[in-house]
Amino acid sequence: MQRIKTLTNKTMKNTMVKGGCGECQTSCQSACKTSCTVGNQSCENVENK
Amino acid sequence: MVHQYKNNGYNIVLDVCSGSVHVVDDLVYDIIAEYEGHTKEEVLDKLSSYDRAEVSEAYDEVTGLVEDGTLFAPDEYKDYIIDFKKRKTVVKALCLHIAHDCNLACRYCFAGEGEYHGDRALMSLEVAKKSLDFLVANSGFRRNLEVDFFGGEPLMNWDVVKKTVEYGRSLEEKYDKKFRFTLTTNGILLNDEIMEFANKEMANVVLSIDGRKEVHDYMRPTRNGKGSYDILLPKFQEFARKRGNRSYYVRGTYTHNNLDFAKDVLHMADLGFDQISIEPVVSLPDEPYAIKEEDIPFLKEQYDMLAKEMIKRNKEGRGFNFFHFMIDLTGGPCVAKRLSGCGSGTEYMAVTPWGDLYPCHQFVGEDDFCIGNVFEGIKKQEIVDEFKLCNVYAKDKCKDCFARFYCSGGCAANSYKFHGNILDAYDIGCELQKKRIECAIMIKAAMADYEAEKEDN
Repeated sequence: MQRIKTLTNKTMKNTMVKGGCGECQTSCQSACKTSCTVGNQSCENVENK
Repeated sequence: MVHQYKNNGYNIVLDVCSGSVHVVDDLVYDIIAEYEGHTKEEVLDKLSSYDRAEVSEAYDEVTGLVEDGTLFAPDEYKDYIIDFKKRKTVVKALCLHIAHDCNLACRYCFAGEGEYHGDRALMSLEVAKKSLDFLVANSGFRRNLEVDFFGGEPLMNWDVVKKTVEYGRSLEEKYDKKFRFTLTTNGILLNDEIMEFANKEMANVVLSIDGRKEVHDYMRPTRNGKGSYDILLPKFQEFARKRGNRSYYVRGTYTHNNLDFAKDVLHMADLGFDQISIEPVVSLPDEPYAIKEEDIPFLKEQYDMLAKEMIKRNKEGRGFNFFHFMIDLTGGPCVAKRLSGCGSGTEYMAVTPWGDLYPCHQFVGEDDFCIGNVFEGIKKQEIVDEFKLCNVYAKDKCKDCFARFYCSGGCAANSYKFHGNILDAYDIGCELQKKRIECAIMIKAAMADYEAEKEDN
């Protein structure tokens, strides 16, 4: 029986190299105006995909 | 750092600093809980209720994850983010307060029923155009620029909205920019012409509705004290239908008066909306509708219930998207974005009808936070710098929190509201945010299981 199922093993550390371009959406412009939802935005930098 | 929890029959292990997520059996779950600070022999002894050979084998599997950098990954971001925050920032998003006036009288309105505790006013086209000029001039090489038409109620100044969009489009080619316009509306003045224009020009529309009729009408009455649900619902349904593939959200607020908010989310889904956002009201405890600390356990159950129902509907082919359970485990934001916060005061600013600039829409009306205006630009660089250096490592409450890569240190305005400074955190908001992240990951685990089952059959 499989003991460990890994849903994602992408390490965030890799995004330090080409991250920070800032082309992604500002969280409060999406569908919230009273909480902070940075984590559910999508990356729009093709070099990080 | 590892965050492990059990939810809906799943043992979930989130490796905080790598962002990896593992779904594990009971044995591995228990090994991971003991792994740090103990030798293999000690772990084997501690887990004596299991078969020793099995524990040994599973222990080696866990060690494999550690060696791969997907478990107990170290936090290597502190210096990186401090350097990153010191960089020159550019402005990329504006929230235009196109109308400080409203045709509803919502009880929980942080904008004081549209006026932001000041005078009623509509933004002139001149101020709106200057705002876009300011944005273009301060956006550096950033191509995608966002402008939200906000209020009050922006449809009370619709002509200026249309002409501002037109003006923005006229700037795009010349400056190599792409405007993404969005509109947040209560729907009262929606008509065919507005929907048609919005479907052509607005990348996203946010439609304010709280859920069940009685819940909505109590908190969102018209100026003459009647409910607004029956006026706007048919318009929103038509608007959502006409959006086609374009983005929209029905967005609501839940309060102490409807702690059973999962019913409101499902009510909207049953009405045919498939893009839904409902978030807790943020208000000081003296308001009767404020969320209280003792409400948290019940609210957590609501999120669990909602998550399970969403999985069920997903499997039945009638799923919907709940904004606050959205999580992109493989293509989410980069570390820089995750740790540097929402961008308020640096990348994101709000503009009042008079052209004054504030760090975000929630600071409008707090005179001390006025950072300049669209005519003369930034006048108080010290405020911008304060926001610039605001990141999760500058906040004591966030440093060791598993959610720090998802909420980015939370909302600065909420922190200010409850603690008088932007480097704290709104505690009730944190508890609920953590629960939403747990549910969001559990849904991913359940759907991954379901997909695997389908493939096997």
